[in-house]
Amino acid sequence: MSSATVHDENPYLAHHFESIEQQEESCTLGMWLFLAQEVMFFGGLFMAYAVYRFMYPEAWLEGSASLSVPIGGANTVFLLLSSFTMAMGVYFCQVGNSKWLFRALTATLVLGIIFVGVKWVYEYTPKFAEGIFPGAGWGPHGHHYGHLADFADQGALQIFFVLYFIMTGMHAFHMLIGFAILLVLMWMTKQNKFGPQRYMPILFFGLYWHFVDIVWVFIFPMFYLVT
Amino acid sequence: MANDVVHGTEIPPRDHTRPEVNYLNWRQTVSSWLLSQDHKRIGIMYLISISIFFVVGGLFATIFRIELLTPEGDLLQADTYNKFFTLHGVVMIFFFLIPSIPAVLGNFLIPLQIGAKDVAFPKLNLASWYIFMVGGTLGVAIILLGGLDTGWTFYTPLSTSYANTHVFLAAIVVFVTGFSSILTGLNFLVTIHKMRAPGLTWFRLPLFIWAHYATSVIQILGTPVLAITIFLAGVERLWGVGIFDPALGGDPVLFQHMFWFYSHPAVYIMILPGMGVISEIIGCFSRNRVFGYEFIAFSSVAIAIIGFLVWGHHMYVSGQAMYSNLVFSLLTMLVAVPSAIKIFNWTATLYKGNVVWATPMIYAIGFIGLFAIGGGTGLFLGAVGLDVPLHDTYFVVAHFHYVMVGGMVMAYLAGIHFYWPKMTGKMYPQTLAKLCAILVFVGFNCTFFPQFLAGWLGMPRRYHSYHEDFQVLNVMSTIGASILGLGFIIPVFYLVWSLFYGKEAGSNPWGARGLEWEVCTSPPDPHNFHETPVVTSEAYAYTGEETLSE
Repeated sequence: MSSATVHDENPYLAHHFESIEQQEESCTLGMWLFLAQEVMFFGGLFMAYAVYRFMYPEAWLEGSASLSVPIGGANTVFLLLSSFTMAMGVYFCQVGNSKWLFRALTATLVLGIIFVGVKWVYEYTPKFAEGIFPGAGWGPHGHHYGHLADFADQGALQIFFVLYFIMTGMHAFHMLIGFAILLVLMWMTKQNKFGPQRYMPILFFGLYWHFVDIVWVFIFPMFYLVT
Repeated sequence: MANDVVHGTEIPPRDHTRPEVNYLNWRQTVSSWLLSQDHKRIGIMYLISISIFFVVGGLFATIFRIELLTPEGDLLQADTYNKFFTLHGVVMIFFFLIPSIPAVLGNFLIPLQIGAKDVAFPKLNLASWYIFMVGGTLGVAIILLGGLDTGWTFYTPLSTSYANTHVFLAAIVVFVTGFSSILTGLNFLVTIHKMRAPGLTWFRLPLFIWAHYATSVIQILGTPVLAITIFLAGVERLWGVGIFDPALGGDPVLFQHMFWFYSHPAVYIMILPGMGVISEIIGCFSRNRVFGYEFIAFSSVAIAIIGFLVWGHHMYVSGQAMYSNLVFSLLTMLVAVPSAIKIFNWTATLYKGNVVWATPMIYAIGFIGLFAIGGGTGLFLGAVGLDVPLHDTYFVVAHFHYVMVGGMVMAYLAGIHFYWPKMTGKMYPQTLAKLCAILVFVGFNCTFFPQFLAGWLGMPRRYHSYHEDFQVLNVMSTIGASILGLGFIIPVFYLVWSLFYGKEAGSNPWGARGLEWEVCTSPPDPHNFHETPVVTSEAYAYTGEETLSE
């Protein structure tokens, strides 16, 4: 890659680093440690999921059967595509093509927004409307979810949906943070801040985006494909 | 470029003049402190903040120690008593013990000890302090709004369904403050990996660095689990859903598993940096190479790893499976091994050393004794059979105070007294400080040893009244706490006094080894080193001929 540049004059070298390699290696390690932290953060949720799925297998079958695989599947495709456009963005940045970098970031943002939009409009809203709202607002009724009211263990079913909303919601929250960062990166791209000399911010955001993607790759089968 | 070469065969030169420009005086505005990215100034900001929190946490303890003078619950009502021990625990753990050595001494010393200009991410370091202060401010808000009464452990469903206090706000506090801890750990880990001076190989690092390395790993991998656990408890409380509430189908033991998955390793976040400080001090004041360097270094890493596998010993009586209990009990015995390795090696370092009874050394020797008792009684509690009668008695309270106060706070005070001349360039009055160290040791034992006896005899913890048979022990405890309190207050006065009237310390008043003593001035230059030092010797290259400067 392009780190074999003249160091001392590099305007991006912070004063407390000796060389640009040291700076880049430090930032890379820091980013991976941040992702390790994120893995443990989601890990707690996966742990709770595992415990309750083991405790309440019937509720898991019942709850999962009421989720729409086509919608979840379509969203998976959107998200994987956005990872692809993000990876292309890193490539365009490294070869110095700012125009296409901007387009790749835009595509990533659009695909991400489609994902969250689909989630909100076709998944969360209909559930809320038909009483799939764990806690005080719980009371399945209506065309899609009414049959869930007949399930014997409503407490277990609520736990399924609590975890569904928290895990997909926490995932979506990470995407919203990603949107904000994407907007900043797009603005900075317009200012010509990135290029072969300085592609680390794009690379690191790419790592973050792929991480969020991978979390969904686990969440999707865990909730939608139980049956 | 002429580099400073540290070779360790000669007595390092002493510089007794205060540097004209140092990190304390080079910019004097308020914003130059509040927006400072200098790791040394951030360390000082943490020092001031956590000292205030220590006073707050101590005040709660003072009041309930007075309440416990008599068997009747007369000074505090049961509800108020619950709030006081809860707030004592929350403030002391999240706002004093966890940040204490890493955030103050770690921040100040890690770059100095490895020959770096700063930590890897100075802005993130400053951000960590602000996140910590946001958490702290919200914590103070909880106190002002009427407190919290769940115990620092937030056990469900008490915390999520029954408590009428500010549990949700407390969940936010723990969540937010945790990120300060994670980011500090991340910063240190990257700094230690990538910012070491030329020649400073892994096995030439001071043991303080190894201890912080292990601590950082726990902070990064453990704290997020607490964050998500407390987030789930907050959701349960806010929306009345049953994640952990058994009435709604949840599993309260799951909460305990997830809580202790962090909170047991967290005691190693608290004690490991203290062990790092003790290694430095024992080496320096024995004028001896630290015995078994590699063993002490790897025992820190071993504690970090095995520490993640013992959390279940908090739940022997919570309905955990018997076979889980046995496995966790075995693993708990294992985690004692690396701690014992450290104690033996420190003791062996003293052997044939030229022991110098300076103030930090008195604290350090006190630490070894008290930590040995605290750790040893941990094995009582780690044994399944013995834990059943001792669980939730004062024996547990005494055990963890021997580790946390007798161990950690002693190590913190040892470190503050050892590095004070480096941080401020001033010496404090030695005789008074030594007396104070003895006062802390005596007061501490008077406070907490009777609690072992009370617990052994069956006095349960967390009640504001108790059987009158226990009164003698409780009065002893309160008298001891008064002595201990005095031992904590006097240093504040003489340390502040020393800032104005203390003797100039010079660069190396203890005759210590290490880059921070041999190359840096006291107080250090804003950029730490004029030129990057080159290290050619191992740590602790003491010859036995070093002297204290007069």
